[in-house]
Amino acid sequence: MTIGVLAVQGDVREHLRTLAWLAVEGRPVRRCDHLVGLDGIILPGGESTAMWRLMTATGLADAIRRAILAGLPAFGTCAGMILLAREITNWPETFLGALDIAVERNATGRQVDSFEARVVANGLGELPAVFIRAPAVRALGPGVRAVGRLGDEPVLVQQGPLLAASFHPELTGDTRVHELFIQMCRKGEPWQHG
Amino acid sequence: MEKGTYRVKTGFAEMFKGGVIMDVTTADQARIAEEAGAVAVMALERVPADIRAQGGVARMADPQRIQEIQAAVSIPVMAKARIGHIAEARILEALGVDFIDESEVLTPADPFHHIDKWQFKVPFVCGCRDLGEAARRIAEGAAMIRTKGEAGTGNVIEAVRHMRLLNDQIRRLAGMSRAELVSYGKELGAPVEILELIQEQGRLPVVNFAAGGIATPADAALMRMLGCDGVFVGSGIFKSADPEKRAKAIVVACTHYDDPQLLAEVATGLGEAMPGIPIEAIPEAELMQHR
Repeated sequence: MTIGVLAVQGDVREHLRTLAWLAVEGRPVRRCDHLVGLDGIILPGGESTAMWRLMTATGLADAIRRAILAGLPAFGTCAGMILLAREITNWPETFLGALDIAVERNATGRQVDSFEARVVANGLGELPAVFIRAPAVRALGPGVRAVGRLGDEPVLVQQGPLLAASFHPELTGDTRVHELFIQMCRKGEPWQHG
Repeated sequence: MEKGTYRVKTGFAEMFKGGVIMDVTTADQARIAEEAGAVAVMALERVPADIRAQGGVARMADPQRIQEIQAAVSIPVMAKARIGHIAEARILEALGVDFIDESEVLTPADPFHHIDKWQFKVPFVCGCRDLGEAARRIAEGAAMIRTKGEAGTGNVIEAVRHMRLLNDQIRRLAGMSRAELVSYGKELGAPVEILELIQEQGRLPVVNFAAGGIATPADAALMRMLGCDGVFVGSGIFKSADPEKRAKAIVVACTHYDDPQLLAEVATGLGEAMPGIPIEAIPEAELMQHR
């Protein structure tokens, strides 16, 4: 199994490290041809606007959108969740628009309000979580399930082969959310297009 | 729920990796930087090239200037405090600045100490010329390091010097015994506990960007080839002929530093770069890196 990590900008190394701990091959994805043969793709934390400018500069944005719409499993953390979302309530653009949620960017405010907390997730138990200028999920479409919550707020959501977290499981050393995504990736066929 | 933890601070810096942080002096420049794909902007009153040219005492920017820039963009806004100026740092923290650069580009305020950065919720980035300086800043609580280079010169040689030196010193740690680390720590002026951490990881325990003299996409790519996690561009963008185009090109070059074909494409037709200054032409007392 090979899982790609979008590697235009952001905390790519932390995701690759987590995959290595789980004995899954990780591949940095910088160009369209890096998508061939992937069983899933992770969209890491970073700045969503910067990541999007870089993805569109080389055609990678369209290639990833096509792959996801065709069923390639994807997992976004923080900025990656924003990239996946169908709607961004406080930003004029939509990025990949694949996951049926509405998110608000930087919903917790400035960096001094970033925090650590514990998230309760169905089937995974209590998870340590780091929220950094985190987005908030403001609306869930009918096919979207809230897998993890902070208080009442959904912070880990799933829709078919798509998973998204508003926090950073890759920063904590806890591998359970990545294990869940790897299970989701086992179900499909590897992607064959660049 | 716990705010301002070291993990929250260093984790935020991890999110900048592969990116470009741009100096801006107005809301319009900040919007250009965001549109070009900057991962953050540094809100300033004057870019380093102007500070160098105009002289005098360079201080923290006017809060109004910082607030205008905060209102203009959605990406993180950083700002500079003078070395050791605890009060400027507290003001920046109160303004909700996302990261403070305790910077040699401003005139130092304390001849003896840097700021005790553990006392703050807001994270700090600090400059270094070598491993000793990097380790001291990390010991003081810096959540991110940048090599200093020589700001405002458009001349990359000092940035390269500092990155090469840092890399070389980190490599030398490998295989050192505890006793050797203690001696080396004394030589560098570095706390041995931090050196042990760096030895164990084979790299700095925090994100390390390059800064000071980066003016072209090729300069950004060069610094990435030398192993830095991303770059700060100060005067290099808004002192050039076509800031929008140059900013976009530097962003692409920082990510695709190992793709010469793409570098050639983005480096084409950018117009005049900022005027550069040979380091030898700068009187010793005016070098910012020694602060």
